[in-house]
Amino acid sequence: MEASVNLKALFKPKTMAVIGVSLHNDRHPANVIYNKNSLRFQAKVFPVNDRGGVLMGETVYPHISDIPQKVDLAVIAVRAEMVPDIMAECIQAGVGGAVVISGGFAEIGRKDLQDRMVSLAKEAGFPFIGPNCLGIYSPPYMDTFFLPSERMVRPDRGRVAMVSQSGGTLVDQMSKFANEGVGLSLGVSIGNKAQIRELDLLRYFARDPATDVIAFYVEGFEKNEGRKFVLAADRCPKPVIVLKSGKSPGGGRAISSHTASMAGDYEVFSAVISQYGMVEARNEYELVSFCEALSCYNRSIEGKIGIITASGGHGALAVDACFSHGLSVPTLSEQHQAELESKVSPRVRAIASFSNPIDLTGSAVDDDFIAAAEFLSTRQEVDCVLILLLPYTPGITSDLGARLSQIYRQKDKALIAYVPHVEKYRIFIEGFELNRIPVAHSIEGAIQMADAIKRCQPC
Amino acid sequence: MLKKGIRDILSASKDTGWVLEPQAKRLFSMAGLDVPRFTWATTVEEAVQFAQEIGYPIVGKVVSPRIVHKSDRDGVAVGIDSDRDLAETFNRFSRFEGFAGMVAEEMISGVELIVGAKIDYQFGPVILLGIGGTEVEIYRDITIRMAPLQERDVESMVKGLKAGRLLEGYRGSEPINMSELTRLLVTFSDLVMELEEFIESIDLNPVICGAAKCIVADARIMLRDV
Repeated sequence: MEASVNLKALFKPKTMAVIGVSLHNDRHPANVIYNKNSLRFQAKVFPVNDRGGVLMGETVYPHISDIPQKVDLAVIAVRAEMVPDIMAECIQAGVGGAVVISGGFAEIGRKDLQDRMVSLAKEAGFPFIGPNCLGIYSPPYMDTFFLPSERMVRPDRGRVAMVSQSGGTLVDQMSKFANEGVGLSLGVSIGNKAQIRELDLLRYFARDPATDVIAFYVEGFEKNEGRKFVLAADRCPKPVIVLKSGKSPGGGRAISSHTASMAGDYEVFSAVISQYGMVEARNEYELVSFCEALSCYNRSIEGKIGIITASGGHGALAVDACFSHGLSVPTLSEQHQAELESKVSPRVRAIASFSNPIDLTGSAVDDDFIAAAEFLSTRQEVDCVLILLLPYTPGITSDLGARLSQIYRQKDKALIAYVPHVEKYRIFIEGFELNRIPVAHSIEGAIQMADAIKRCQPC
Repeated sequence: MLKKGIRDILSASKDTGWVLEPQAKRLFSMAGLDVPRFTWATTVEEAVQFAQEIGYPIVGKVVSPRIVHKSDRDGVAVGIDSDRDLAETFNRFSRFEGFAGMVAEEMISGVELIVGAKIDYQFGPVILLGIGGTEVEIYRDITIRMAPLQERDVESMVKGLKAGRLLEGYRGSEPINMSELTRLLVTFSDLVMELEEFIESIDLNPVICGAAKCIVADARIMLRDV
């Protein structure tokens, strides 16, 4: 795929056609796509079926060329054998690009059909996503997923773009994003990625002003494609997060050198991804928490953690987790401890501990957390502040998140919060997340966020 | 552009599928890497003459296109300290299948590393650095980078080794010469970029590093099936 091809028609179409709607089967994927777009999205949508007719009062066009307006995006959901001809019609009609939902190509051995489509598109400079994919989720413009909206857990609009080889994985990640308050700028399922591939989308999102963080679920690259991908990521000023499947060794082939045996496909993948400053998520949970952390902070840290807690146990567990991730927990000098001590309320002064972790105890009030966070944010020896919040302690209010976020905005030092139990403490969590402070629900998860900020090296 | 001598060695090794140790060492020597003083002896007399020139003790290694992993087959003898010992070793090796002579070379001591290369399907040439020796696959203390390497990559590779402190001088041993290790890795990585279409993988194992030099004490180049 040439870098010069404009993908905007695909992602922000003003007009779209859904080709292959059924006149009598409401559950046909094309009908689901047509319905959701005509009811809930901004793009003007036209139904197409070669038999013509009327669908819910709207004219069904027999051919894409019959549509009286220029069409930006064609969503193709017809039988695989018909797709190349339909694509040729789209090209002929001057359509901007296509999403091919249909399966039945390389994944079942019909590489010939897929290749026909690719060469047609290549010749015409016509961009398309798929085949065998869910396509593009791009609210408020459009959504090509053939899933009824009410069945999806939909994340808010936000700054993370996610590209996935698997449609199902994308939909599930989106529901996890929604649970964690991570907003999505765009979701793209690329399926067989016959033409538009990870590299093209990396280049697009690197320049997309609506996207701050780019996340990928990758099964594998073609020959030398990984090299091009990491070199492009090296020039990308935004954090790039990669979740890889297919980590187990393939086996079979006799391996005759130690290097070939030890530098297996996954070992190389993992090493090179981190060499080029991308962050590898080891599992789906890390992917979500890394997206959350890196959409708040995209400047790398050395990993010198200052910990503020209301419980000694939480502090001790956090120190252990820092240690196991290679993060440091620098001690504060006697003088600095005394300085901080003078800033907290009298009733915690006598019982709190002011080394790092700073244990403010269960008697602490909001102002004590603010004082401690303000203090740590001015210390050179700390480059990331971890707030272990126990929302059940009586002196804490739900204002704390928003107030702490002000400190970040003034001092520009990364803050990460730990808040247990999502449902019960939703209001505390939103206080942080709506003000761009990432929140983890386990201590380990909070430390992983810090580790991700350390590992991420955007150029 | 590959030197003619290097291309000649590669094309002469095509049928075997890999480059025998003495030829591999010549190849790396031509590319600017340090190798031990050695000879490829096909008679006892040649081996003895070499040993007397450089002085005992020496190392003897069997050369055979049928034996890729010499240590696994008892095809490496270290500390050979007399003409008699050398002749016995030579004669023992001569009974190996495919016997094509013996590498006789000077003994070197230092920290044993493995430096390797592989042409990865997705990423092309990659370079491996690890703690070397015959147990590399037990410890698997390695770090991998995509080639070509920059000088600054070498420092981070060493930092990525669990046993990296061995290189800094441990319990009285001298630290290894980091600039020589850097030179070796960068030169090797540049060479691997040029060898991409010819090779599948390379082991330099061990590379023996000391305060003065990093020396490629054994080398194996697995060629690409064509």
